[in-house]
Amino acid sequence: MTDTKTIIELLTNIPDPEIPAINIVEMGIVREVKFNEDELLVKITPTYSGCPAMKAIEDEIINELNAQGYEKVSVKKIYNPAWSTDWLTDEAKRKLKEYGIAPPEGKAEDEFYHDLITNPVQCPYCNSKGTKLTSEFGSTACKSLHYCNECQQPFEHFKCI
Amino acid sequence: MEINGEIRNELFEYLLRLGDDRLILGHRLSEWCGHSPILEEDIALANIALDCVGQANGFLSLAAEVENKNRNEDDLAYFRDETEFKNLQLVEQPNIDFAYTIVRQFFVDVFSVPFYEELSKSKLEDLAGIAAKSLKEAKYHLRHSKSWLLRLGDGTEESHKKIQNAVDDLWRFTGELFFENEVDEKLIKDNYVPSAKAIEVQWNEEVEKVITEATLKLPEEPNTSLRAGRNGDHTEHLGHILAEMQIVARSHPGAKW
Repeated sequence: MTDTKTIIELLTNIPDPEIPAINIVEMGIVREVKFNEDELLVKITPTYSGCPAMKAIEDEIINELNAQGYEKVSVKKIYNPAWSTDWLTDEAKRKLKEYGIAPPEGKAEDEFYHDLITNPVQCPYCNSKGTKLTSEFGSTACKSLHYCNECQQPFEHFKCI
Repeated sequence: MEINGEIRNELFEYLLRLGDDRLILGHRLSEWCGHSPILEEDIALANIALDCVGQANGFLSLAAEVENKNRNEDDLAYFRDETEFKNLQLVEQPNIDFAYTIVRQFFVDVFSVPFYEELSKSKLEDLAGIAAKSLKEAKYHLRHSKSWLLRLGDGTEESHKKIQNAVDDLWRFTGELFFENEVDEKLIKDNYVPSAKAIEVQWNEEVEKVITEATLKLPEEPNTSLRAGRNGDHTEHLGHILAEMQIVARSHPGAKW
């Protein structure tokens, strides 16, 4: 029997549908992989309650594993524990920055990092802290919009949650 | 999921309330999509709408599971009639203008944060999980609605007037936030859910503090009403929302896309 590590490795082939720079495992969306006799169960958790990418992710997981020869695959959505940016690996944060998205700063429980006005986000392009919040809501639920006064570049930030 | 048969009906009813509140509020917010005063707000309100509908999805899925009658969250959202909806009358009130939308949201958000905090301690693990997730979202929803309330109240003469109107008009619907009946009684006793009433003092204090800071005034009259959305009694607005929200699903039952 294949061990679950192999399955997780296969799932790293699936990019996040909205932020393709990182995969769904690095993103912390895949929570658990389990074999129930001949069926493979993958538990995933949404980044935000209304994340519209969940269905796409579910389909991708089934397609990817079917393609690798795992015929019976089911995906279950779980809410507990709630997704947190603390689960993003350093590697994932590095990739986000490289992609032009400022990664979350600090730990989710530290509310200092939730207030994006008193705590300006570092620009992913020039590393300046001289930035301002344009909107706490961006193109996807997990991002906010900012502007760098130093390099005059608008950019997105992955909110700490 | 193991649900004690004695509690099933109450739990189902309660989960409908939670789901319906977010579903209807989310639908209302989504009506702003493409119509907001500025682009950033269009995105913000759509994002918040999405969170609400997502939370509703969680609560209604769990409701369907608890009910155990072969219905799913979509059946509950699209194939129940007006009197079967258990949402607060507050959330079905029309958008009217941006000020109304912000005040409605603010009244709900000030309640949701402490409520979710308590609900995340529910002994029903799945419910606690959805609450813990929703709490994170409610916190930034509140940050958003509160900051607009302050800006509009303490803004121009016109923004002040508009937001004061909204406060005056919506105030009478807020007492229902603390509605409790025998359903709550049973579930509270068994540690499934927290008491909404227990949040009232804190809610009043916080609302009064922000309203005062925004140079606004709360109406003198009490905020209690005789009829409650929780009992399936709704204002004339809910029927119109449902007509719009349910028409596609009802015209093409079982349709997939």
